[in-house]
Amino acid sequence: MAERKVTVEAEVGLHARPAATFVQAAAKASIDVTVAKPGGEPVNAKSILMVMGLDVRQGETVVIRAEGEGAEELLDELAAIASAP
Amino acid sequence: MTVAGVGVSPGIGHGPVYVLIASVPEPPEGATYTGDADQEKARAHAALEKVASDLEARGIRAGGEAKDVLAAQAMMARDPGLAVGVDALIDQGTAAARAVYESFGTYRDLLTSAGGYLGERAADLDDIRDRTIAVLTGRPMPGVPDVAAEPYVLVARDLAPADTALLSKEVVAAFVTEEGGPTSHTAILARAMGVPAVVAARGATTLTPGVRVLVDGAAGTVTVDPGEREVAEARRRAAARDRAIGAATGPGGTSDGHAVPLLANIGGPGEVKGALEHGAEGVGLYRTEFLFLDRRQPPTGAEQETAYRAVLEAFPRGKVVVRTLDAGADKPLAFLPHQGEEPNPALGERGLRLFRAHPEVMAEQLDALARAAVGLPAELQVMAPMVATVEEATWFTEACRARGLHSAGVMIEIPAAALRARDLAAAVDFFSIGTNDLAQYTFAADRQVGALSALQDAWQPALLDLIAAAVGEHGTPCGVCGEAAADPVLACVLVGLGVATLSMSAPALPAVRAGLAGHTLAQCRAAAADARAQSTAAGARAAARAALPGLDALGL
Repeated sequence: MAERKVTVEAEVGLHARPAATFVQAAAKASIDVTVAKPGGEPVNAKSILMVMGLDVRQGETVVIRAEGEGAEELLDELAAIASAP
Repeated sequence: MTVAGVGVSPGIGHGPVYVLIASVPEPPEGATYTGDADQEKARAHAALEKVASDLEARGIRAGGEAKDVLAAQAMMARDPGLAVGVDALIDQGTAAARAVYESFGTYRDLLTSAGGYLGERAADLDDIRDRTIAVLTGRPMPGVPDVAAEPYVLVARDLAPADTALLSKEVVAAFVTEEGGPTSHTAILARAMGVPAVVAARGATTLTPGVRVLVDGAAGTVTVDPGEREVAEARRRAAARDRAIGAATGPGGTSDGHAVPLLANIGGPGEVKGALEHGAEGVGLYRTEFLFLDRRQPPTGAEQETAYRAVLEAFPRGKVVVRTLDAGADKPLAFLPHQGEEPNPALGERGLRLFRAHPEVMAEQLDALARAAVGLPAELQVMAPMVATVEEATWFTEACRARGLHSAGVMIEIPAAALRARDLAAAVDFFSIGTNDLAQYTFAADRQVGALSALQDAWQPALLDLIAAAVGEHGTPCGVCGEAAADPVLACVLVGLGVATLSMSAPALPAVRAGLAGHTLAQCRAAAADARAQSTAAGARAAARAALPGLDALGL
């Protein structure tokens, strides 16, 4: 299982536009991908409602995990979105 | 057939009726389906997809920020987690509509418990849920269409600001509501948009959707299925009225040269253009709440300065009256948490009272105002809302003086302030009467309660008496910046009572200018005396009209 740990930089946290962009990118992939707060329950990264429900604020860290073909590239893309200011 | 109500925004509107669906009922608990589960799931998925693609399409038409917002809502309707929840419930025998309702409920709770920004998204979720249930149960979609082949007449029990935020004159020919009064949101919004409106029109929501109606926003009538000649005649009269009103130009004043500066109420720099187009001589009420509402952090001093300066620059020769932040339990701010819930927000810690609890917020705002005015020729006046006593007025004036703000005033919205205007006059440079709140407190009638709208009528003799008391003989200039100033008949009466300036939503300015220009100061004074001699609001209005013959010629 590949994973990335990233700090969310957007002022609005992983809500609104950043969350939508993040979920859109995750939904394009054919493999499963999850996102969690450190130590928290992972949720489906393709679900905007679950991702918003995590309530990730600016400065908080998230762990993104995926397994399967293209996992590394997908995680790089998602990590870049999550850490974009 | 004609439905009668109260005309609150003049003009003639003609078009098909669109009845706003207030809400979609909750599908009953324990509802089951007949047929097989896969079919029921397919129905649910198809409904969610229809809602998603509909939202997406609306976003693409709207463009800009709305496009992103609606695209995110479409994603919510297509959420895979939601679909899994719906399927599981249908497998247990729950009907599709109920399954949708319960699945959304799970996420709704998740967002609500997070509070703040996410809590507000719960309303978006409810909207998507209701739309989906409407599709599944064959009901009309809730909400207001924001595009239409031809402008429609929007009919509703009452309208919330959220219902109407996206609407424009190109989409809506007229507003008709069963509830509401002259100061309801519908009335204020309609006047700001320049769209005719009739409120308190009993039975309006029973009109058949799609039937053509003729709305007369001055007479307060809604004529069902009017003939072509009737529509043409109404339009001809409205055009004649517009021409007569358009002929009155220049600064506001009576026909014998008593000057009454006509100013605009604005809620941000974006409304300056409309104010200038309608000939505003300045700004009589610059509401500053737009800078503070819906934010987690207060605006910076620099941000405030820019917003104030933009308006001061637009009126180099005029006055600009800025009202300091008017917030409280009625208009809560995220960064100024309230100490517990208030049972009566209108009677609570709002306006200047909030500043006394958080003086740093006022200090920042007054500093920003002082900086914004540096080097500009416009006359900046600053006033505080919700002032009741001399002590409060003095406290505010001193805070303004300490920053070199030369003109400090207070709103008169509380009967106590009106009754002791002579005392307050010694402490301030000017007054501005907020007639909506003054009526609310005079009649102990909450502005938000439609059933009490008759008590919100600015023609109530008690209110006229309080306005006369506020104007007094103390010599401190007293303006009116409530919706009362937007009524051309009442505007003449206010001038007759001694009010120095009138401020209103910009589209109302031309009619008020024409009304004043058609009468002498003596006529206005006589109309005011006749109105105050009456014992009812209707009597006061009729008496004033009879004393102002120039209004008939203007079709007002």
